[in-house]
Amino acid sequence: MEKLIEILTSKHVMTASAAILAPVAGALIMGIDRKLTARMQGRLGPPLLQPFYDLFKLFGKEPIALHRPQIMYAVLHLVFMILVLILLMAGQDLLMILLVHAFSSICLILGAMSVRSPYSWLGSQRKILQILAYEPILLVLILAINLRDNSFLASKVMENTQPLLISMPLLFLAFVCVLAIELSKSPFDVATSHHAHQEIVKGLTLEYSGPFLGILEIAHFYEIAIFFGLIMCFWHTNIWIALLLESAVFVFLLVVDNAFSRLSAGWMVRYMWTVPLTLALANLIWLWS
Amino acid sequence: MTKATAKSPWVVHFNCNSCNGCDIEFLACLTPMYDAERFGVVHVGNPKHADVLVVTGSVNHRNRRVLKNVYDQMPSPKVVVALGVCGATGGIFADCYNVLGGADQVIPVDVLVPGCPPRPEAILDGILKGVEILARKKIDTEVVPPEKTIKIVRPEPKPEPADESAKAVS
Repeated sequence: MEKLIEILTSKHVMTASAAILAPVAGALIMGIDRKLTARMQGRLGPPLLQPFYDLFKLFGKEPIALHRPQIMYAVLHLVFMILVLILLMAGQDLLMILLVHAFSSICLILGAMSVRSPYSWLGSQRKILQILAYEPILLVLILAINLRDNSFLASKVMENTQPLLISMPLLFLAFVCVLAIELSKSPFDVATSHHAHQEIVKGLTLEYSGPFLGILEIAHFYEIAIFFGLIMCFWHTNIWIALLLESAVFVFLLVVDNAFSRLSAGWMVRYMWTVPLTLALANLIWLWS
Repeated sequence: MTKATAKSPWVVHFNCNSCNGCDIEFLACLTPMYDAERFGVVHVGNPKHADVLVVTGSVNHRNRRVLKNVYDQMPSPKVVVALGVCGATGGIFADCYNVLGGADQVIPVDVLVPGCPPRPEAILDGILKGVEILARKKIDTEVVPPEKTIKIVRPEPKPEPADESAKAVS
């Protein structure tokens, strides 16, 4: 019995189970998101399991792809997103995780750019602007972690007994903005959105259909799970405070999503490079001194 | 899989030649008043993501190719819901010289929702009826569009010169 518990709590089993459970958690978060959004708009909203229905339906559709590289890029996007999760669980180098995550996004962009569709190109150009907007803040966050813990390893953050939020509250605010971009919430949902029919149709994922769109959906579930997991890492010492922090951020993002309209991609870059980046740099300088 | 298909109909809307009455009633289905999303309906702007094609208005010579193109881009299984009398038969425009008739002249229509325009409740009922058909359809069922004679009212275009030398002489 003790041996069984030892095996179950071993690092590899934990990592493997996290890799399997993460998309389920991501889909559930998305289901709650759609339900809460509907209630905020005075609607009944779809069932909680709607993202699962959507996903299973997509895998039951006829597979249509324009060419083979398009499929390869979709699969690579998913594979590198899973790799980000596994590296995080293994407590690896945060800089490498940042670059692997960026490469995952670049696979998505390459897939969208490999077809000759103007809306798909428009979406991928805007995704590049999104990466440009949030990547400096993530880099400053990692540099700040290095200043505090004297290491780039994710495992060192977990070993520190002081929660991350106490030493970097301003960086946390900047990170919430990054989260809004990653989850495609208004006013940052410029690259792909279910609500932007007239403007970008579906942007990045326009030319994917059926199971290949399903692969991108799974990757998005992973992304949601990873970024919400990172929010919990800001208060890793107590699980209840971490969950409270997470739900507070979640509800805040939903309110902002419903209160704001979609703004332009140029505004997004200008905003992210002024307010959140200043907050992040101020926090970095505070840690330095 | 069948259950999931029935619970997640993504709808693309195509306005053939409509007076916008049906389109406004269709958009009313998505408002908080009728809330089509409680049935999993998402209004997508892209036929490649859609399961249900909602057609409003009568088909004419100009838009029949476009309608066929939108239909062909949807991955199967897929269903077509035609809204209003124009989508069914051409309505009051049926006798116009440019009008071919309803959407069934070009693509196979599964559900007809009558009315001018139909009420949002009727549209929702029609879409859910289409979803029932959608859940029964298999991926590989080949649907052959009906072969109907298309009345030609315009004169045939003049034939192009047969070869390059003929063009150069003229």
